[in-house]
Amino acid sequence: MYSGASNFVTTTDTAFAVIIGISMVFLIGITATMLWFVYRYNRKRNPVATQIHGSNTLEVIWTVIPTILVLVMFFYGWKGYAPMRNAPDDAMKIRATARMWSWLFEYENGIKTDTLYVPVNKAVSLDLISVDVIHSLYIPAFRVKEDMVPGKTNKMWFVGQKEGAYELFCTEYCGLSHSYMFTEVVVMSEDEFAAWYAEKSDTTGRAAAAAVPGTLGKELVRQNGCVACHSLDGSKLIGPTFKGLYGSQHKVMTGNQEREITVDDEYIVRAIYEPDADVAAGYIKGQMISYRKELTEQDVNEIIEFLKTLK
Amino acid sequence: MTDNIETRHEPNYLEYRGKHGGILGWLTTTDHKRIGLLYFYSMMTFFLAGVVMGLLMKYELISPGEQIMGPQTYNGLFTLHGLTMIFLFVIPGVAAVFGNFFLPILIGAKDVSFPRLNLMSWYLYIIGAIVVLISQFMGDGPPDTGWTFYAPYSLKTNTNVVAAVTGAFILGFSSILTGLNFIVTMHRLRAPGMGWLRMPLFGWALYGTGWIQLLATPVVGITFLMVIAERVLGIGFFDPAIGGDPILYQHLFWIYSHPAVYIMILPAMGAITEIIPTFARKTIFGYTAIVISSMAIAFVGYFVWGHHMFTSGMSSTSRWVFSLLTFLVAIPSAIKVFNWTATLYKGSINIQTPFLWSIAFIFVFMIGGFSGLVVGSLATDIHVHDTAFVVAHFHYIVFGGTGFAFFGALHYWYPKMFARVYNFKIANIGLLIFFIGFNLLYFPMFYLGMLGMPRRYYDYLPMFHSANTLSTIGSWIMAAGLLVIIINLARARRGKGKEVDDPWDGKTLEWQIASPPPVENFEQIPVVEHGPYEY
Repeated sequence: MYSGASNFVTTTDTAFAVIIGISMVFLIGITATMLWFVYRYNRKRNPVATQIHGSNTLEVIWTVIPTILVLVMFFYGWKGYAPMRNAPDDAMKIRATARMWSWLFEYENGIKTDTLYVPVNKAVSLDLISVDVIHSLYIPAFRVKEDMVPGKTNKMWFVGQKEGAYELFCTEYCGLSHSYMFTEVVVMSEDEFAAWYAEKSDTTGRAAAAAVPGTLGKELVRQNGCVACHSLDGSKLIGPTFKGLYGSQHKVMTGNQEREITVDDEYIVRAIYEPDADVAAGYIKGQMISYRKELTEQDVNEIIEFLKTLK
Repeated sequence: MTDNIETRHEPNYLEYRGKHGGILGWLTTTDHKRIGLLYFYSMMTFFLAGVVMGLLMKYELISPGEQIMGPQTYNGLFTLHGLTMIFLFVIPGVAAVFGNFFLPILIGAKDVSFPRLNLMSWYLYIIGAIVVLISQFMGDGPPDTGWTFYAPYSLKTNTNVVAAVTGAFILGFSSILTGLNFIVTMHRLRAPGMGWLRMPLFGWALYGTGWIQLLATPVVGITFLMVIAERVLGIGFFDPAIGGDPILYQHLFWIYSHPAVYIMILPAMGAITEIIPTFARKTIFGYTAIVISSMAIAFVGYFVWGHHMFTSGMSSTSRWVFSLLTFLVAIPSAIKVFNWTATLYKGSINIQTPFLWSIAFIFVFMIGGFSGLVVGSLATDIHVHDTAFVVAHFHYIVFGGTGFAFFGALHYWYPKMFARVYNFKIANIGLLIFFIGFNLLYFPMFYLGMLGMPRRYYDYLPMFHSANTLSTIGSWIMAAGLLVIIINLARARRGKGKEVDDPWDGKTLEWQIASPPPVENFEQIPVVEHGPYEY
């Protein structure tokens, strides 16, 4: 289906074909033999069994042949896999960060996105970072996967060989919204990518955007994956919706005490830096980590500006 | 029959009245047969609860979006389903029920070496189960980590992980003590004349299993204690935020949990090895090869745990070494399959329910084994690791393997345990429905995994829809088959079945005594003069 989407597809699919092919021959062969014996040597056709205690020749044959076959399978698996460990030196470096439950991709010129954009036919090497629990970055069409382990930087590389958009999943169970933690890899033509890369890093454009209140905040909310749990349209997800949040009255649990608060600047700063201090009534405690390291006070102010626009 | 009753000098184990009668007589029993049944009834209860959880999960996955539960409930449910099925059903599994009931009889002994320890193992099992159950209702909600308790998630979640892990820790001791008991029993209590190479192969399978239980289980026990210490005392073993290493947790967990797969499957293979000669009316083909393969599985099984971690960030060298060893552990299993098949050659096959279960077992076990080659190979595992493919693979091995063997063994030894036969026709229909449902339930998951659907998914993209729906329908068919099987057996137990002594004309020692077996099994310890399957 995705034939040739990355440089690893052919070798991996060859390993699949070898293993599944040999297996099918044996599965069908043994099943057919078994059924034939059951038919040929059932009680009616063969009233008296012939006692056979075994045969060393046969035991040797059916030990040696499968051993050779599994070594062949091992070889194809290893051959398909070995290149995955060695990224070429000129690969384009991108830093991929996972958190419950969103993705962030940072490029060398400082661009941050939640979708992975890569140029076609160019080796791309990812540094895999997790800020909380173990995640796993998986692009089925590319046949690549590697865990993102907190405290450790794993690596992955590939060459996207066909333009298009492909699914990118988290495959290591990471809590409540694990099954919603997906995004896309977009493989672009060289020109398209170059244009996107230049536009995104264009600082004058950013300055202009900053003039409109809330634009930078919106970008921050998207990059940090806030919308994975807080909707912008009023629907209830893991956390309360952002729509109409600013300035509203809310019941929160402070420790075991319920109290009513007004959502103001001070409350939002606390909710981002110490999410468990006041937990909105009806929501589960401990689902959100503190964003003290990720978001500066300036960033939080931009987010507040953005929330004000969501009436 | 009447002759038989007259020559009986003592009551059978079911009617025996010792110091206590009724339920107390069962709860204080040290008779291995009664303990086997205690395990049987408690395990069936947990198994059926696990089945219901599985059905609920499959129903949730029938279409994208929320059907009957939210994600937190679903995550708790797959955790409890895994805990229940793994720790309360398949790990004790065939060994705790049929091993307890039949191992002493098969080797011509009156009981296991340590009958009181045996009862204590059952109590530890029940206490462990209760603690796991408590974790669902106390503290901050049911654990949502999956049965693997991967760090650091298991350290960060607010749910009641400590209770669940404590339960699993206690269950570990039940397993260790059972293994120890069986090993000693086989060393000390084989009947005169029964050399090691005259022991029935079910015994050999339990022997290999016993050593795994004894040597591997303590590792996971300690690992669970470390998780508790980290959660309660904040000692940084596994969480990098306080100086730990999450990969260390995976190593420790799989050093036990991979051999644990062989704890589940070896006794199952052993039971199948008993059933096949009885119905082929023929001695087993390659006795010694099967013994060696059992011991080889038990031994090599210790050195393959790293294949659960091919994407974890382990070094490249460990990845290919573990892959190579994993392929080698496939060989002894293949040897068993070849020997079972060869046993049918020139037999005089009596096609009865237990035999049909064995054939079905070999078929689904082969699919499980071959899909294991896909996940053992590096390049292909990178693609299907942590996807529905893996879920399909281990259900084919653990449920298709151990589950089918469990029901095969149940149908085989049922007349010996209760001196009654069930309705054969209904039993075969039940098996057929169960077999179709089983394959319809799990086979589509191979396809889903190849397509890239990650496991432990509460919700999914529309591209995965049709195969998931098919799988859900399979779950209903399988449940229907299971219902037929259980009702049929329960009816026989309640006196609807014909009374019999030995419907199969088996040659091993359990078929040489009355049904149900007398309290002390043998009036006189038999003297064994030949191998176990002489026809």
